[in-house]
Amino acid sequence: MSDVSVTVNEARYDVSDVEPRMLLSDFLRDRLGLTGTHVGCEHGVCGACTVLVNGDSVRSCLMLAVQADGTAIVTVEGLGSPEELNVLQSQFREHHGLQCGFCTPGMLMTGEDMLRKYPLATDDQIREGLSGNLCRCTGYQNIVAAIRSAAAMRREKEE
Amino acid sequence: MKPASFDYASPATVEAAIEALVASNGEGKVLAGGQSLLPLLNFRMTRPSVLVDLNGIEGLSYIEDRGDRIAIGALTRHRDLEHSPLVASRLPVMSAAMRHVAHLAIRNRGTIGGGLAHADPAAELPMLAAFYDARISVQGPNGHRVIAAQEFFVDALTNCLEPHEIVVEIEFPILDHDGWAFEEVARRFGDFALASIAVSVRRGPSRLEDARIAVMGVADTPLRLKAAEAELVALALDDEIPERFSEIVVAQVSPNDDLHASGEYRGHLLGELSKRALRTALAQAERAA
Repeated sequence: MSDVSVTVNEARYDVSDVEPRMLLSDFLRDRLGLTGTHVGCEHGVCGACTVLVNGDSVRSCLMLAVQADGTAIVTVEGLGSPEELNVLQSQFREHHGLQCGFCTPGMLMTGEDMLRKYPLATDDQIREGLSGNLCRCTGYQNIVAAIRSAAAMRREKEE
Repeated sequence: MKPASFDYASPATVEAAIEALVASNGEGKVLAGGQSLLPLLNFRMTRPSVLVDLNGIEGLSYIEDRGDRIAIGALTRHRDLEHSPLVASRLPVMSAAMRHVAHLAIRNRGTIGGGLAHADPAAELPMLAAFYDARISVQGPNGHRVIAAQEFFVDALTNCLEPHEIVVEIEFPILDHDGWAFEEVARRFGDFALASIAVSVRRGPSRLEDARIAVMGVADTPLRLKAAEAELVALALDDEIPERFSEIVVAQVSPNDDLHASGEYRGHLLGELSKRALRTALAQAERAA
């Protein structure tokens, strides 16, 4: 058993008795009660469990909780609040980028990382960035539209 | 699913990691990026007694210019290679291939040492190692040795490492070429390749002076096609060359049928990609001249 100290959404958590085999996804959900991170396939295919670890998107089912010791994590709960959505979240609402919402936390966290790392000047780039996230209901058009719009807003802000 | 129980070690040095592996009596596994190992653990397809996590070891993540070659530390993440200006200027084929390596979140975690040790025959990094004739440095209980990429990949998902050896560095010799291309077809962007080819050439006035070719997805290991390189260099630089090159490449491989595609289809893809790749490489070399 190990101790894990992490900062999640700017709050510090010191958790003891963590089994080495506990996945980061289960740690966030079961030990910290942050159930916004969804667990889909548990083998790195669907992208639903994506979170930011030290600023980079990571599949939390492919990382052990003990490996997260000392890191700063952002989950979907850390993006915005129901009263005040962040830019990307507001564009998902604007463009109907979700239906059942299961894939949405992963789409948002991936989108946040994409917006930071790539120019996203074309839909091809957006689709390439989203290629590791599966959605089973809305299809991808509206998700692409939401990210396209968030990227355009970012460009406007920079100009 | 969830992994079966294991012990976890996070050594601070390569030597301590090797000691932990030796102490596990062959039941331990090295954890680098974990992007292939964690799925295997989650499915309980592997049940190591101890995971030896390399991520706490300082000094294994770097991209270094050594004149005629680029040295890359084993813990260097895929995203570092993807975004490295040094890789872009000195190892352009690698730079172009990196965005095809899995997906964004996986590139953020996956490491070059882990990717090579996993030895997937349809993965870009093993293919790039074969393409560049990389030298893979490994450390074990009996010291240090350097393995040529050609010998490193033994079979699908099988490398030639001894049980307690760890990959520590990979050196990629720089090619003095002026045109290159990387082509790949996968079912979904970022998935494992159904077929892929990397080509690099140095163009002379009437013939190619040198060529380098590697393919993947069409055999149990990535392949550097030395015979095809010699045949390509012997060809006249005329309009027919992409077509003839495609025949040369396809004649070198005999892909098997599997779940994802028939061998015939993989061969067909490789032929088409060969034409595209050579056209791109030649056009680029012409512009450089």
